[in-house]
Amino acid sequence: MAWDRNQMAARAARELRDGYYVNLGIGIPTLVANNIPEGMEVTLQSENGMLGIGPFPYEGEEDPDLINAGKQTISELPSSSYFGSEQSFAMIRGGHIDLTVLGAMEVSEKGDIANWMIPGKMIKGMGGAMDLVAGVKKIIVVMEHNSKAGDPKFIPECTLPLTGKNVVDMIVTDLAVFQRPDHQSPFRLVELAPGVTAEEVAAKTTAHYES
Amino acid sequence: MKKIYPDADAALEGLLFDGMTICAGGFGLSGIPERLIDAIQRSGVKDLTIASNNAGIDNEGLGKLLRTRQVKKMISSYVGENKEFERQYLAGELEVEFCPQGTLAERCRAGGAGIPGFYTKTGVGTIVAEGKEHKEFDGETYILERGIRADLSIIKGWKADEAGNLVFRKTARNFNQPMATAGKVCVAEVEEIVPVGSLDADAIHLPSIYVKRLILGAPYDKKIEFRMTRKREAA
Repeated sequence: MAWDRNQMAARAARELRDGYYVNLGIGIPTLVANNIPEGMEVTLQSENGMLGIGPFPYEGEEDPDLINAGKQTISELPSSSYFGSEQSFAMIRGGHIDLTVLGAMEVSEKGDIANWMIPGKMIKGMGGAMDLVAGVKKIIVVMEHNSKAGDPKFIPECTLPLTGKNVVDMIVTDLAVFQRPDHQSPFRLVELAPGVTAEEVAAKTTAHYES
Repeated sequence: MKKIYPDADAALEGLLFDGMTICAGGFGLSGIPERLIDAIQRSGVKDLTIASNNAGIDNEGLGKLLRTRQVKKMISSYVGENKEFERQYLAGELEVEFCPQGTLAERCRAGGAGIPGFYTKTGVGTIVAEGKEHKEFDGETYILERGIRADLSIIKGWKADEAGNLVFRKTARNFNQPMATAGKVCVAEVEEIVPVGSLDADAIHLPSIYVKRLILGAPYDKKIEFRMTRKREAA
């Protein structure tokens, strides 16, 4: 049984530590917020200028002046603070954010990540992703192990335009977890989803990794 | 010197010209200078280069100026949710410089602070770094990014006093703060103008020196792009 989206987010959430300041990307990474262990103090940062993201507001309390980086309405916490975009990225670029969880279209065995553009097809832009992978202390990618067409996404070399080069520390897919201790080391297969075998992961991966 | 103008058209009088560069505040549709964008649309000024994190959505925000073909080039980090933008870009009618969000914020902050360029790790090894100076500091590679100076900044604040001291509200602050400093002239629209002395001088987000012209833009019909809520739990 492969992990579902929420279980992948829950696995990534196990990397959280008390006192961490964390930035979560859009999609599956957002679900990490629902999986913060009880009693652990984790502060979520929003690129558009907020520390301390609260839950979605109650119906009728939505505020157009209070949104997250995905432009969804959110709420504030007693500990929240607001600031401008230049301050928001000063804390990202300056290495003050402990952890970021991002989605990806491709990750290479060297830790390169591509998640912002498909030439001739998808033109949205990188948003804050390039700043996050360049500045945050630990980068976790959460993504499906294979594309909808069944192609591997953890591959020897990215084919799409990069978001960052040699920046990824950990990959959580629906099948397995890969990790490396530093940016000079190869990734190692450290965990399998329940019922998934190492052979199945090997058959569905083209990247080189240690097992 | 009186900074308060009766409306957006009056506040932009004499500032607009074809081919100019404009820095615009806002993130998505939050904190966008709607009244000033409408006035720029009415003026018919064209061949604009606009630095803004987003390009609005179809017919909202800067999307209005795209629709009227007044924009020659956008400098932005994220332009999703905008079909007209995508169409013009793919057809080669619109020039786009994709700039990482933090780099864009810092380019405007730097430009406004008299810093013509700075080195950053953001974008190293990507197409963003192509053609830019690379330099090593303490064993790490950085690229040179240029500060942005614009002919005009347009921003949206929450409250201003009559002197132009300004405060923002929640996440509607976003790019308004750095963008305000990057223009030779900054025109601000706010929801409320209060007498001098009524704002706490220790809690001003944007000091009056940056705000050259000011209008009351209210009432606002603020738009929400993605309305998310949770249910109240039954007592």
